[in-house]
Amino acid sequence: MNWIPHIFRRRKMYDDLANEMRLHIEERSEQLMREGMNAKEAERQARVAFGNSTLLEERSREVWQWPTMESIWADLRFSIRQLRKSRGITLAAVFTLAMAIGANAIVFGLMDGLILRPLNVPQSESLYGTNYGNNPTWQSYPNYLELRDRNHSFEDLAAFNMVLGVGLDTGNDPASANGFATTGNYFDVLRIQPMLGRFFHASDERGPNSAPYIVLTYAYWHARFQGDPRVVGRQVRLDQHPYTIVGVAPPGFQGTISFIAPDFFMPIVNQEQLGMDGLSTRFTEHSVFESMGHLKTGVTPARAVADVDAVSAFLEKTYPKQIAHKSTALNREGLTSFAPAALGLVAALMLLAALILLAACANLGSVFAAHTADRSREIALRLALGSNRTRILRQLFTEAVLISLAGGALGLLASIVLLRRLSVWQPMPDVPIHLPVSPDAKLYAVALGLALVSAFLFGIVPVRQVLRANPYEIVKAGTNARLGKRIAARDVLLVVQIAICAVLVTSSMVAVRGLIRSLHSNFGFDPHNTMAAGVNLVTAGYSLEKAPAMQRRMIEALQTIHGVESVGLVNGYPPLVYTAGDRENVFKEGTSDLRPANAALVPFHYEVSPGYFAAAGTSLLAGRSFSWQDNKDAPAVAVINREFARIIYGSVSNAVGRNFKLHDGTEAQVVGVVEDGKYMSLTEDQEAAMFLPFLQSPSTSAYLMVRSHRDPQELAAAMRNKIHLLDASLPVETQTWINLLEPVMFPSRMATLSLGVMGVLGVMLSITGIFGMAAYSVSKRLHELGIRIALGAKKTEVLRAALGRPLKLLAIGSASGLLLGLLATKVLAYIVYQATPRDPFVLAGVVLAMLVVGLLATWIPAQRALSVNPLILLRED
Amino acid sequence: MPIENKPMTESNARDLFPGALEMMILESLRRQPAHGYALVQHIQQRSKNLLQVEEGSLYPALQRLLKAKLVKAEWGVSSTNRRVRTYQITAAGLNHLEQQISSFERMFEGISLVLNPGKATTG
Repeated sequence: MNWIPHIFRRRKMYDDLANEMRLHIEERSEQLMREGMNAKEAERQARVAFGNSTLLEERSREVWQWPTMESIWADLRFSIRQLRKSRGITLAAVFTLAMAIGANAIVFGLMDGLILRPLNVPQSESLYGTNYGNNPTWQSYPNYLELRDRNHSFEDLAAFNMVLGVGLDTGNDPASANGFATTGNYFDVLRIQPMLGRFFHASDERGPNSAPYIVLTYAYWHARFQGDPRVVGRQVRLDQHPYTIVGVAPPGFQGTISFIAPDFFMPIVNQEQLGMDGLSTRFTEHSVFESMGHLKTGVTPARAVADVDAVSAFLEKTYPKQIAHKSTALNREGLTSFAPAALGLVAALMLLAALILLAACANLGSVFAAHTADRSREIALRLALGSNRTRILRQLFTEAVLISLAGGALGLLASIVLLRRLSVWQPMPDVPIHLPVSPDAKLYAVALGLALVSAFLFGIVPVRQVLRANPYEIVKAGTNARLGKRIAARDVLLVVQIAICAVLVTSSMVAVRGLIRSLHSNFGFDPHNTMAAGVNLVTAGYSLEKAPAMQRRMIEALQTIHGVESVGLVNGYPPLVYTAGDRENVFKEGTSDLRPANAALVPFHYEVSPGYFAAAGTSLLAGRSFSWQDNKDAPAVAVINREFARIIYGSVSNAVGRNFKLHDGTEAQVVGVVEDGKYMSLTEDQEAAMFLPFLQSPSTSAYLMVRSHRDPQELAAAMRNKIHLLDASLPVETQTWINLLEPVMFPSRMATLSLGVMGVLGVMLSITGIFGMAAYSVSKRLHELGIRIALGAKKTEVLRAALGRPLKLLAIGSASGLLLGLLATKVLAYIVYQATPRDPFVLAGVVLAMLVVGLLATWIPAQRALSVNPLILLRED
Repeated sequence: MPIENKPMTESNARDLFPGALEMMILESLRRQPAHGYALVQHIQQRSKNLLQVEEGSLYPALQRLLKAKLVKAEWGVSSTNRRVRTYQITAAGLNHLEQQISSFERMFEGISLVLNPGKATTG
């Protein structure tokens, strides 16, 4: 094509054309003059005969143009000029859209990272796994082996477990690291290849603790070993045990839970060495986190579930004392049992973000309509001069698109920054959480799409105004002419916008209240002023037999610290820590057939020392707590919670002195009843729990709980000191109980934080909306207000005249938004603990917030209305 | 049926069917090269002022012909000593004109048949 020379020749062509047309008119008027007309009349006649020369010239030029592109370019330049003229409105609009589009982009990024994006392994679509915590006592290593060998659905089945907080020592620098303990076939099941060295395989497993190999993740290899390729073959120590680094995993592979980034992988057959549950126990859920594998071609997930159920039924029959299998759920590998919660949160956030965008569009729509009305004279002139309406609309849309693209770009930028920060965010010190959110082309496309959609949404508002405009009327009417009626669509838009914002404010208030309530709800213990010391005796070489004596010495040593009120010990983890609740079947006294199906209850169980209830702040409702006499030689005893007593014995007072059977048939006598509490999660229904004396079921891994009002730092140091006096080689990990509760609080904190941000955005949008409306109505009516003041109106009357309407709209919008918001909290209750709409604080809070919004937003316009000087105003005309 | 009250400005453009003006320009230029003003004069005279064309509407049509390379233009001086841009038909223009005329004649014949069935058969 020869369009390139065209562009350079075009200037000349246009000049030629203009000259030619001018000469034509000259020639005609000379002709007319020769026929006897005077010069002025001749020229007029010539022009009339020629027609609309501007329009004709433009038509002629259009012949040469790349037609739409050039007129779009012209629109673009004109729009930029227009936008620069009303800089305030433009900036406000861009900022509003940036907030709305940014919020949407972030939510999309989260959804993409958590839900849409598959695990970074080949053919991840056929990779299915069991859910952690779905079936207590089912996910154990022996059961995994049976499932692996007996199922007909999986090509091969691998399993993994999490090993958190292991001391990894490369020479003389032990540092806490987190890993996955995996079955030997893990990498082969996932079909991935090492980046460096080799992976371990099924053939490396030769019984317990037989495979001292670790594979580093790419990120950890870089962070800890500076990406040194000679790392393969190097010896390191994990909790004092020697291991060989055999390889490095490929970049982008970070295990099989999408939001957890481990540092290394080790064979599961070695996990017992690191103080994890043994592999021979069938009756546990702590030896395997999840089992997973690729479904065979042609096997549907439903068929696989039926298959796993069949294997489970067989196992239940074979090991009736150890297995009670309820049902199987298989999930796409990645989110495990967190999938519903994550989906719920993301869905709620998407909904709210969409509402924000809608509110922003309503806001911009009304601003745009007002802006168009202000420009009615300009538009009327253009119509009168022969421009057509599509051309004017196209130009208005160009302005809308420009604003939304700028807003979209700004919002995208903000969301990229925030998502980058989210991806390196470590909300909990002990859990290697890594949100796999990374801005990519998809995100850019979404932001662009949203920008265009919102440009369309708010750009369409003034269309009717322009289509209906009658240029003659407007030009005649002078400077006060407006397009459209007085009760404009603007008012409706503003009410919609305020209503949406009130919904946002209501939901975020409900969420915040829910969180506050859950922080202050009754846990069945008092985590304040309590320091926990995690001590794992196995890492210092203590056997199970020697553990209770050492633990007693530690308790007694800690009691001597100045300011300590009470000390107690709990095996494993205290309640609500790491969602690690352990359950066990119990049977009524007379039951002789101890199969799980006959169990009377499956309570959480804790093994605790004398003094534990005092240290935990758990109140005793009846009977006694444990003493040092409740040891191995004494009869088995138990303390139960109120719920346990209610279910089995009918009441608290009936329970003390009665018996029940533990899962192994031991008769235990109830010696005390304690208050109910939370054990595994904040949202659980009331669960039964029992406490057994730790001397009767010893363990090497325990937490010592110390209640004291002393400064936590000092107390922790004193505790470590006391324990090191007993054994200097014993690793002690101290944390406040409150800190240990972080993980369990995390989901509702996250939900509250994000909903809170949405609420703040909602408030900001209402402020801009009301402000825009109020400022506009004041500026349009300055004249009238000036006359009112000149005629002696009082301040209140002026304010009522100026701001009555915006405030009325605010009231209508807030009321309807509040109602809608209260309806929406039913949805919120899924993700926020204790979200209830029937809360006077929320109601009052929303009303108050919207009032403050109204005051803030109308303050400046009100000042302007009051400061009107009628003299100056009237002189202006 | 109520008569629609059309604004005056919109009807002018539709007085000629599309391409008619171009055809007349090409036909005039086939006889002799001319500049814009002369072309208008020529068309008006030849049509005995039956065709009231807005003089200026000639120019977009001329630009279209230029772009399609059916005519070429050159600045020069007229016999009356005016600076004028003279248009000349090209070979492609001649070709195009032949085609247009024959298709126009067929169309015209068709229209006449419809409007005046008795007359057409005798012709």
